[in-house]
Amino acid sequence: MTKRLLLLIARGIGLLLVWGLVYWNLEPFSVWLTYGVLGLSHGEHLAAALQFFVFETPKVLMLLTLVVFGVGIVRSFFTPERTRRILSGRSETAGNVLAALLGIVTPFCSCSAVPLFIGFVTTGVPLGVTFSFLVSSPMVNEVALVLLFGLFGWKVAAIYLSTGLGIAFASGWVIGRLRMEKHVEDWVYQTQTGDGVPEAESDWPARIRLGLDAVKDIVGRVWFYVLIGIGVGAGIHGYVPENFMASIMGKSAWWSVPLAVLIGVPMYSNAAGIIPIVQALLGKGAALGTVLAFMMAVIALSLPEAIILRKVLKPRLLVVFFGVVAIGIMAVGYLFNAIM
Amino acid sequence: MKKIQVLGTGCSKCKLLTANVEAAVKALGIEAVVEKVEKIQEIMKFGVMTTPALVVDGQVKSAGKVVSPDDIKNLLV
Repeated sequence: MTKRLLLLIARGIGLLLVWGLVYWNLEPFSVWLTYGVLGLSHGEHLAAALQFFVFETPKVLMLLTLVVFGVGIVRSFFTPERTRRILSGRSETAGNVLAALLGIVTPFCSCSAVPLFIGFVTTGVPLGVTFSFLVSSPMVNEVALVLLFGLFGWKVAAIYLSTGLGIAFASGWVIGRLRMEKHVEDWVYQTQTGDGVPEAESDWPARIRLGLDAVKDIVGRVWFYVLIGIGVGAGIHGYVPENFMASIMGKSAWWSVPLAVLIGVPMYSNAAGIIPIVQALLGKGAALGTVLAFMMAVIALSLPEAIILRKVLKPRLLVVFFGVVAIGIMAVGYLFNAIM
Repeated sequence: MKKIQVLGTGCSKCKLLTANVEAAVKALGIEAVVEKVEKIQEIMKFGVMTTPALVVDGQVKSAGKVVSPDDIKNLLV
């Protein structure tokens, strides 16, 4: 172990301690600011809303920074090339599970869906396994996970994570069973693929740089949506909800889940952008399962994605892919509404 | 003369990378042709799975990220 690495670890631990110290004092600070400095009285709507905002904003942003940094580091170990090597030639069921899990930790943006798809299926990754990866990667999103954890608690976050993985596994598995290889555009399997990027040995300073880059990129992009989301949440927190959504998106309306998915599928938004809407819907009495289904439909499936994937998938497979995932999301919606 | 290729199907990141390449070439004052490869079959021949990718004289140098002009300079000299 080099001196430089030890120094790096020491600095990391130091920063983590400072992070923890600030994090655990956010709530007392928000109480002190709201009721002490500003002198608002307990029980006031404005006070409750303000305290919520002052507490939640730094809390969620700090969590987000830590998690995005951590995920950035983890991702430096999983290049798409490496993931492909792990998945290539796997038997289907186990391969689907692995692909769903690897989808979380492999860095991948939707604009690379086509080269990734070709790169996977031409080198021996089964079609169904490839789909498990393609579903899990956008569906299980670290930003959404942090926001759900921060705003609705660990139970909702855990359910989101496990059902997201479940859908990715199941839809890939079903597509594999349906034997739809002939519905991939013919030229795809004839594509010659080269050697790709020579794998660079990454050292720890480089990994940390990747983590910091991820923070700069992702937190820099989503902080504004987070602010709006918490603002909406604060508004709901302080003021009594009117429950006007309850009749159309409540538990009693059985058709609300498919409708939410139907509206969500063509829409395109990043995970952070959708959270303010989730907040608003929940606050106004919409059922959690319905809202979660809507959120998953928006981030996992979209019209632009369909257009991109049409290049490599014949219409039939494209429809099956969207259909299977949408059905999975609906099942999750109903499941939630039944158990929560 | 160097041949620099930017692989990508036309997403915004690909345009950013092309701009960075041109900036790096200009800053170094070297002679180079910069070419955009947008056809997916051509891109796959290089074996990359994430775009944008940077290719110098037929060798893949990076994939899936927008390399900064400074880092491109290091790849070119």
